[in-house]
Amino acid sequence: MARKLAALAAALSAGTLLLTGCANPSTGSAKDDPTKPVTLKFWHGWSEDSEVKAIDASIARFEKLHPNIKVKATGNVTDATVNQALRAGGGDAPDVVSSFTTNNVGQYCSSGMWVDLDPFMKKTGLDKAKVFPKTLLDYTSYQGAQCALPLLADAYGMYYNKDAFAQAGIKRPPRTMSELRRDAVKLTKRTKSGGYERVGFMPNFRLYQNSPDRFLAQWGPSYFDKDGKARLAKGKAAKEFYATTGELVRSQGGYGPLETFRTSFGDEMSSQNAFLTGKLAMHMDGEWRGLFMKGAKFNWGTAPLPVPDDRPETYGRGYLTGTVVGIAHSSTHQNAAWELVKFLTANTDQVVAFANAIHNVPSTKAALTSPKLDSDPTFRAFLDIAQNRYSTALPPSINGGQYVVSLQDFSYGVEAGKVHDLDAGLRKLDDEIDADNLQAQN
Amino acid sequence: MATLTNAPALRRKARRERLRTLGFLSPWLVGFTVFFGYPLIATVYFSFMHYNQIKAPTFVGLRNWRYVLEQMPLFGPAMWNTLWLVVVMVALRVVFGLGIGLLATKVKSGVGFFRTAFYLPYLAPPVAATVAFVFLLNPGTGPVNDILGSIGIHAPNWFNDPAWAKPSLVLLSLWGIGDLMVIFMAALLDVPKEQYEAADLDGAGAFHKFRYVTWPSITPIVMFAVVTGVVQTMQYYTQALVAGKLASGVSIGPGSVIQPGYPDHSTLTVPQLVYSLGFQNFNTGAACVLSLVLFAIAMAVTTLLMRKRAGLLSADD
Repeated sequence: MARKLAALAAALSAGTLLLTGCANPSTGSAKDDPTKPVTLKFWHGWSEDSEVKAIDASIARFEKLHPNIKVKATGNVTDATVNQALRAGGGDAPDVVSSFTTNNVGQYCSSGMWVDLDPFMKKTGLDKAKVFPKTLLDYTSYQGAQCALPLLADAYGMYYNKDAFAQAGIKRPPRTMSELRRDAVKLTKRTKSGGYERVGFMPNFRLYQNSPDRFLAQWGPSYFDKDGKARLAKGKAAKEFYATTGELVRSQGGYGPLETFRTSFGDEMSSQNAFLTGKLAMHMDGEWRGLFMKGAKFNWGTAPLPVPDDRPETYGRGYLTGTVVGIAHSSTHQNAAWELVKFLTANTDQVVAFANAIHNVPSTKAALTSPKLDSDPTFRAFLDIAQNRYSTALPPSINGGQYVVSLQDFSYGVEAGKVHDLDAGLRKLDDEIDADNLQAQN
Repeated sequence: MATLTNAPALRRKARRERLRTLGFLSPWLVGFTVFFGYPLIATVYFSFMHYNQIKAPTFVGLRNWRYVLEQMPLFGPAMWNTLWLVVVMVALRVVFGLGIGLLATKVKSGVGFFRTAFYLPYLAPPVAATVAFVFLLNPGTGPVNDILGSIGIHAPNWFNDPAWAKPSLVLLSLWGIGDLMVIFMAALLDVPKEQYEAADLDGAGAFHKFRYVTWPSITPIVMFAVVTGVVQTMQYYTQALVAGKLASGVSIGPGSVIQPGYPDHSTLTVPQLVYSLGFQNFNTGAACVLSLVLFAIAMAVTTLLMRKRAGLLSADD
């Protein structure tokens, strides 16, 4: 009996050891000499030919400055792939990683998946407060851990069809939400069968970049209080936002017909984009859209998105986000990796050249004021949005972008008319976000 | 006395027998341990741990269980959708598969074409079939609604309407009914002809022949179809994910995450939620809890069905 018990105990111990052993992914180090020959693996998300060409040119400039460091770049990599590769570890995992969203930075920092860059900045004398704007530093750190740095920023504004505006007798883009609704109605054209030929402004949350957090930025919401508890139900921003988007939807024919029209749109990044084909007269998008507008058969312009009627002084604001870059925890070449990160994020000439090439907002103070920056006025509008003092970014969270996902889900219900008590719904949403964040804590 | 003398030899023989048995069983035992036993123990272990797949796991007691069962709003819709699909999809697939199988055995001319026409869609890869269906049923640009509209029928929004999204998935699964059709055809052709002749002599009509001759003969095959259908549908993932993603029209860029369940969580299934929790949120503990809940339900339903099956079978079966 004793022998059987001992065997059982041994088997259970072995099982537990095996389980905990599997639970420890490989760890890297910052003991490497960045002047020694090394090949770095760099994963990024760019996939368009012009963008890949631009990042490859950036890497070539880096390799010229650092002949001992070769960079093997892999493009079109999603956050999900990065997440899984760094958790699985192994020899093929990347050294330097980038993400197109700031949403997950909180998770990358708190989980230790991307290493803290402050020691590297200290070692090489980079004063981050002098180099990067504060908003961008905020969205690349979490609770004091600067595990990422901004690699160009994105600002959101409005693209509008100047020809459609002229036909409708509208002189300038709307600046307040009531002007937006009035213009949207004027610009909406229905077909005889009750469908749409063109929609003035479609606020539906599943349209391309219309994630609710982006338009909500015009109300300057507070997502969390000082204790980190969700507080969307407590402020008035969310309620006013849903009231405005609801009015916009109703005034242009209702959610169902608009959704049916939306399903006829082509891919966002193709020539069948609904704004490019004239199905939308006004459209919220990021500064990069300008690159895709080359073949437009109409005159177009850019402007900041309208603001609530009672806060006209905030006109010019917009939602900010951007590409972020960091070093994988499993990299064994972290000092060499830092040289690449530092070059891509803090070298003014490099940042300006890359921003011009892919039509993104530069992410350093020096680059933002550089005379070499693209002078196209449709692009300049976004530089102004990026520098507007009322512009905001999403706060980082331990749970990454999970609270944004929860907000999206809730918003889909609101726009479909399924949330009958908005206050109660927002309170429930706050509880859900708090429960998710608690669950993510150790 | 002789027995006592031979006792060590008998024990050696018995040990050899045991070892031989174990030797023959070992491939199955190894497979069972590595691919079922270990993952199951690991799932139970991680259901009590906080583990983000980076830092070492820490014990959190029942926190993951409370989170999934009490606080996670998607648990209810995912469970409801999965069970809805299990009941409706499995039932309709069996009925439809049996109906097509019956027709296929009765058709006199063009039987080859008939069988091929119904079997071919089953060969289409699930993703390709789903893409085609979402395209055909697109309310804005798809041909199906145009055709229905031209004959005065106001068609639904199919995959874009929460009330129609699951029925649309059922339609998709019925389109690929070829596998069940073949199984049922084999069973139907196996029914002894003399029993039909006897029924004819007794003056039985078509319904009575099916009720008293065909049905008892094919009951084991029907139960097989139900049990495997339930297990497969409990694991339903790909078609629902692809249909939801395509129908939503939401751009999936390198920085974004596929949120399953469009529209309004109506196509969110438990396996999708497990993936989302485990490999998008890296909430391993909660994903393990949900997997165990699904496993328990699948085990219970399957056991119930197998007992029912045992009751339906006679000693001759």
